[in-house]
Amino acid sequence: MRVEGLSGGCAPGMRVEGLSGGYAPGSDALTGVGFALEAGTIAAVLGPNGGGKTTLFRALLGELPVQRGLVELEGRPAYVPQTDRTRLDFPVSALDVVLMGAYGRTPAWRRIARADRDAARAALDRVGLAAEARRRFGALSGGQRQRILIARALLQDSPLVLLDEPLSGVDAASAARIEQVFEELRAERRVLLVATHDVEQARRWDRVLCVNGEQVAFGPPAETLTTDVLRRTYGPELVVLEGGRRAVAVEHHEH
Amino acid sequence: MLDWLTDPFAGGLMQRALAEVLILAVACGPLGVWVLLYRQSYAAESLSHAMLPGLVIAVLAGAPLLLGAAGGVLAAAAAIALASRDERLGGDAGVAVAIATLFGLGALLALSPDVPARLGELLFGDLLGVTGRDLVEAGILAAAIALALALAHRRLAMSVFDRAAARSLGARPARWELVLLVLLAVCTVAAVRGLGNLLVVALILAPGAAALNLTTRLPAALGLAAALAGLAGVLGLVASYHWEVAAGASVALAAVLVFAVSLLGARPLDMA
Repeated sequence: MRVEGLSGGCAPGMRVEGLSGGYAPGSDALTGVGFALEAGTIAAVLGPNGGGKTTLFRALLGELPVQRGLVELEGRPAYVPQTDRTRLDFPVSALDVVLMGAYGRTPAWRRIARADRDAARAALDRVGLAAEARRRFGALSGGQRQRILIARALLQDSPLVLLDEPLSGVDAASAARIEQVFEELRAERRVLLVATHDVEQARRWDRVLCVNGEQVAFGPPAETLTTDVLRRTYGPELVVLEGGRRAVAVEHHEH
Repeated sequence: MLDWLTDPFAGGLMQRALAEVLILAVACGPLGVWVLLYRQSYAAESLSHAMLPGLVIAVLAGAPLLLGAAGGVLAAAAAIALASRDERLGGDAGVAVAIATLFGLGALLALSPDVPARLGELLFGDLLGVTGRDLVEAGILAAAIALALALAHRRLAMSVFDRAAARSLGARPARWELVLLVLLAVCTVAAVRGLGNLLVVALILAPGAAALNLTTRLPAALGLAAALAGLAGVLGLVASYHWEVAAGASVALAAVLVFAVSLLGARPLDMA
């Protein structure tokens, strides 16, 4: 069962119970997921490639073909994919991409509202790319494109934002700006669920959800980011450094 | 020079042919841009080929060509959609299986001794034989396509630009892919009387490809594609008149020529 639009107040921003599912009947890609995130929380989702991070996001977006369990969301989540999943040859400017965040609430026969156009420019400014508004999206750097997609999520104005490895492979300036926006969104009482391979990054956020085909652990970073949990999450992909004080998950990129 | 361009359109036949290609340009040009952006060029070519059985059946039954074309194209669209959903086949293989089947069926029917000698007209159209009624039919269909594209613009854009996030933005990519295929089918039906089901592909794809070569913004590409399709229509008819060659084929070749010229002015794709 999936419910969007829970009332605010004391209700959690996101609640998941007994979530299992996959892409075909009888072969679950992810099982036994249950957690709750209150408003104003940044949660990291850690797991190896193929461990179920994308499956979890698709379930939260209501796109998983086979899905069991309960998903309660405060509203329709905004989703920020990795920038290489967008079409770089598509003839659109950075501002055009941000404006897509208002398409869902604009009837097909109406122009985009002036308020939304203003909000789109403000979102670009917030991610530090106001000067690039008219540049073609595909001509921007990877970090800039990632910031544009985050600006689009800002225009969607959703209480829940799902981000798929938004800091992977981006330049330092973009990463700093993105982390600053995360902090602002947390202060605005939004919920951010961020898929990442970076254990040290996850340590700075409020909650960590570890998955590897099933939920391995969920809780504050101090309780979840233990060597034991990380070994169960990543298996042989985990490298422990500095006498056990630091753990690094080895990233595998498909080409 | 001006006379060389205007003389061909002194007579009623050529005036109606000109009206037909200009009407078709309004639909074919912008639709071609979307077809290319959705990487459905193969489907466009295949759909038009696959309508052959419907056309032949219409001739056999004495029904309007438009009706046969509509039936054939819709059957082809459904077959492509069904075959493409089988993940063992994949998109292109699914289209190939569906189209080979339908084209084979069309050829089988066309070789029947009962079929009058109009097969060539079905395949290559007859621009100079366009009637006032044909113009009205093409006009209605072209207007419907242009209106549908305008209304679907944002959903089509979201679905193809960022399929992963499309649903969270409010669009369902599979639905809009289907809408595009249906519009492609309707456009093929609209153009079959004038250009035939083999040549219509040129007027859909070539101006769209040229427009994408010359612009970096989607609205500009859509408008330019319509203009270039119209230009190809005019150039093709003028060439047909002066050199006494087939009108439909001339328009198709003019569209390809427009694309070739666009390559000279193509903007480099400055992807990071």
